[in-house]
Amino acid sequence: MQTLTQRLANPTRFMEISRAALPWVTAGAALFIAYAMYLVFFVAPPDYQQGETVKIMYIHVPSAWLAMMGYSIVAISSFGLLVFRHPLADVSAKAAAPIGAAFTLAALITGSLWGKPMWGTYWVWDARLTSVLILFFLYLGLIALRSSLDDEALAGKLTAVLALVGVAILPIIKFSVDWWNTLHQPSTAFTSTVDPSMRTPLLIAAIGFTLLFIALHLKGMQNEILRRRVKTLRLAEVERGERLFSARAE
Amino acid sequence: MSPFLALFKRDLTLAVREGAALGTALGFYLIVVAMLPLGLGPDLKLLGRIAPGILWIALLLAALLSLPRVFEADHEDGSLEVMATAPLPLELAVASKALAHWVSTSIPLALLAPVLGLMLNLDIAIAPVLVATMLAGTPAISFLGSVGAALTLKARRGGLLLALLVLPLYIPTLIFGISAIGFANLGQEGFSASFLILSATSLASVALAPIAAAAALRLQLS
Repeated sequence: MQTLTQRLANPTRFMEISRAALPWVTAGAALFIAYAMYLVFFVAPPDYQQGETVKIMYIHVPSAWLAMMGYSIVAISSFGLLVFRHPLADVSAKAAAPIGAAFTLAALITGSLWGKPMWGTYWVWDARLTSVLILFFLYLGLIALRSSLDDEALAGKLTAVLALVGVAILPIIKFSVDWWNTLHQPSTAFTSTVDPSMRTPLLIAAIGFTLLFIALHLKGMQNEILRRRVKTLRLAEVERGERLFSARAE
Repeated sequence: MSPFLALFKRDLTLAVREGAALGTALGFYLIVVAMLPLGLGPDLKLLGRIAPGILWIALLLAALLSLPRVFEADHEDGSLEVMATAPLPLELAVASKALAHWVSTSIPLALLAPVLGLMLNLDIAIAPVLVATMLAGTPAISFLGSVGAALTLKARRGGLLLALLVLPLYIPTLIFGISAIGFANLGQEGFSASFLILSATSLASVALAPIAAAAALRLQLS
């Protein structure tokens, strides 16, 4: 009896399943995000203190959550690669890193746009902001290390080692607002302190962006698998050409 | 003599006899610290206030520059492969090399800091605290740095990449080193908390970094 991860380990089967799932996930992402945006702009009330700027929250909070989920996916995939040598783990880690980096950047930018009207400054060096910035640097480091090596298999494994070293940042980000007295408020999303009129759109936006992440990740993995297949085919082509050439020379 | 100590002694001897490497790191430290007042203006009050930060950041950069040689020479002449197949676990060999880096580079840099502090109008009373935070914090610099050095052993543009990989990992050390000095400066409580976290960062790096660095080396040597 194979487990699900074992069955998915076959790239061809992964391609089949993900091809079938991708349209549904994409459509779900589009629907949820569209519905969330409708709620945000036409239904959800402006905050009594923050006014309309509170609407930045509906992008900012899901982005921040996906920034951390993205790194978790990279870290879990890296663990799967180094320990279980799962054939798709490297593909998954490689595909997730740029998406996670993009959401981290989105969280930082929306946060600083929100900070200007609320805190009076685009940036403060408090623990939450600094630790998310470190997360962004870690993503950049992962991407840079991978692109600096010609040997792809080696690059994948070394990047996995770095990803596991960097995993210490996740609890620091999560608890930074509880451990230190920061300007950034502690997390109240999805708790009862947020009024349902704002919590529901936030929840729907979070689901929508998560589906978007999954869709991008699946597509990224498919592209990576195809890219590797093309590369293998090209190498085979070159080898065949060489064999023909040497046969003719004799 | 145990293999660990023998390796440690060999690396120290190499560092001392080469000399140039340590000299370059100290010279770099000196020139960066000398450049900053030229850029910031010779306001002694301002310099005195930001001196600990300048000295810490310049120390990080100087240590960073010296990191590639932790494994480079041994990789080039093949002795790294001998170490990988030796009975001494590669983790311990890596730890010994990182320890040698700490003793031969980080400690001299930390000891030079108060002298350079004089050029920045650093309060003399702060100097012992500064050196203490640097001595407590630099093991993390050397050990985390060894992970970066191991990861970029075969990379193209290794030096620049090393900075991108390692500097984010140094941020906690920098933050708690500076906050410990800040608390001591103001005579507030909280110094011991920052100092303990700084030391904990170093101890965790000493314990965990060799495992990651050895894993990275094994992947590249096999």
